[in-house]
Amino acid sequence: MEPRAVSLRDGMFQAHLLQGGAGDPLLFLHGAGGLREGEYLDLLAQRFTVYAPSHPGFGSSEGGEHIEDIIDLALYYHDLMDELKIESAHVVGHSMGGMLAAEVAALCPHRVRRLVLANPVGLWRDDEPVLDFFTFSPEQLLPYIWHDPGSEAAKAAYPVPETDEERAELVFQRTQALATASKFLWPIPDRGLHRRIHRIQAPTLIVWGESDRLVPASYAEDFRSSIRDSRVVILSECGHLPMLEKRDEFVALVTEFLLEG
Amino acid sequence: MKVHFFHLMPYRFLPDDFREKYRGVWVDIPSHLFDPAKGHQLYNEYLDELEHAASLGFDGICVNEHHQNAYGLMPSPNLMAAALARRTANAAIVVLGNSIALYNPPTRVAEELAMLDCISGGRLVAGFPVGTSSDTNFCYGVVPATLRDRYYEAHDLITQAWTRPEVFAFNGKYTQLRYVNIWPRPVQKPHPPIWVPGGGSIETWEWVTQHDHVYCYLSYFGHKRGLQVMDGFWEEVARQGKEANPYRAGFLQFVAVSESDAQAERDYAEHAEYFYNRCLHVNPGFADAPGYRTMRSLRAGLRSQFERKAFSGALKWKDFVEQGFIIAGPPESVRQQLDEVAKSLHVGQLMVLLQFGSMPPELVRKNTELFAREVLPHMRQLWSEYEDHWWIKPLPQEERVSPQAEPLAGVPAGGS
Repeated sequence: MEPRAVSLRDGMFQAHLLQGGAGDPLLFLHGAGGLREGEYLDLLAQRFTVYAPSHPGFGSSEGGEHIEDIIDLALYYHDLMDELKIESAHVVGHSMGGMLAAEVAALCPHRVRRLVLANPVGLWRDDEPVLDFFTFSPEQLLPYIWHDPGSEAAKAAYPVPETDEERAELVFQRTQALATASKFLWPIPDRGLHRRIHRIQAPTLIVWGESDRLVPASYAEDFRSSIRDSRVVILSECGHLPMLEKRDEFVALVTEFLLEG
Repeated sequence: MKVHFFHLMPYRFLPDDFREKYRGVWVDIPSHLFDPAKGHQLYNEYLDELEHAASLGFDGICVNEHHQNAYGLMPSPNLMAAALARRTANAAIVVLGNSIALYNPPTRVAEELAMLDCISGGRLVAGFPVGTSSDTNFCYGVVPATLRDRYYEAHDLITQAWTRPEVFAFNGKYTQLRYVNIWPRPVQKPHPPIWVPGGGSIETWEWVTQHDHVYCYLSYFGHKRGLQVMDGFWEEVARQGKEANPYRAGFLQFVAVSESDAQAERDYAEHAEYFYNRCLHVNPGFADAPGYRTMRSLRAGLRSQFERKAFSGALKWKDFVEQGFIIAGPPESVRQQLDEVAKSLHVGQLMVLLQFGSMPPELVRKNTELFAREVLPHMRQLWSEYEDHWWIKPLPQEERVSPQAEPLAGVPAGGS
């Protein structure tokens, strides 16, 4: 994967993304913690041209101050697809990125070929509230987002800062990511997707880690019953980050599903 | 110098094992810990204390705004101010809520404060805090990243609603109104003084100075911590080329007056410990939502060691006094210490907290009377070379009226 910067709307936005591979375009939309780089992107790039941007206000992408709500962000991705000359793409969204992917597909259904929602937020049930993860430190979150917080995959997912400056920078980056995410998720991650989700036409795969304690897997059925051509796969011994905790299984599942079309 | 009596109105009856048993005093504190009969007692006790302070000659009496907590029982400071406006004659009513980003439309705040200014005959000071993260983001659900922007917009709408004589339309990002035309209008022209309690963020220093409002640092960690914040503020005032008039700054200080240092400890230690160890027992998850602080202020990293330690509950009376969280002792010592505080911070609006934590009314009376008699008169001369441009402008005495109905002799039997 190669880093790339794209300027949008006369410099209002600077999109930083990773791009790589060959094949049909695949847009990967990250969650509230920011883009987690990892081998899953390289593996997907063996079959697809993968675009993995950081959303405005996350990582080094600029222009977050011009995004007010999730609809603004979804339209921004249509602008980015225009700029990248992508007529239509497969869209894979994780967590908050799943909510976003669903909005992208609901706003312009014909631009999304096939859709993958991995542990998405965006719907709300009083009987199974999504965890208020904003109040948790990264350490406190571990047992909620990993099936096995002691696994190699979990350990590899967290860079260990070597200096105080690096430590401060990590805190800063995380705070900035969550601050931006709060526009879409605070205080309850429901921005009315249920009023628009029926518009999704793309065949949709809903993937969920069975042990996800941040967004319970019971939401999978709510997404399935709202999207007309959709199916659910529950991954066992897997938490909120299937692309990291069950990387190979996740990549195989997604690849197979996207190639069906 | 102006000296004001500040009240937080804490719930005084949290259990001894509160710290061990519950995760925090704020946001999700269990409702069963609140006894409404005690609430009845406390509101009346605290309003008495504020009225007593007014009658003893404090320049202002201060109330503030917090939500869903046992640390301060004033979700609506305006209700308290309304009660005080009727029962006091000369003191400024300093309302250091309203967290104006929380109210939609914010014209509600403009209206209520105009009512208070009319009822009190022009004695209102309008305080506009951004509000704590617990109050604004967690209790009232405001998106952290938009809080400050909402605040600025609400401020603009409220000040326009007070000052523009014509009916006007307001097309804001957060509030759209076709017809802004509040009734009543404030007595004070162009509008009541605006004081802004801040927590040391760079943006607030800049904004307050640009608008020529008063900046108040309400800290529980004394003047040593306060120095860092106030220095930052005064640097900004200098940078903008404005007069370093001490009356543009306020500071809150805990004060405990007694016959001697030893007696002060005997009188006040347990109540101070109640405040720091129970009232400030805050779940860290609710302390600082991501986006509440701007990235700029976050990078500047203004949090002090003291603050974290105090929240850990590890401090005792000796620490409070040594670190200046509380100024305690006999009157002459308190005078001298407060004089140093005011001079070192260069503040002209000194707010003293004479009721804190679990202090019962007899002790509050002692502290207040000792302070009013033996400390207050000696502090007034400080800064006499400056003019206070941020003070109330009440109606002339001959235009003022006082309550005419007979006061109730006691609680009537049979309910009516």
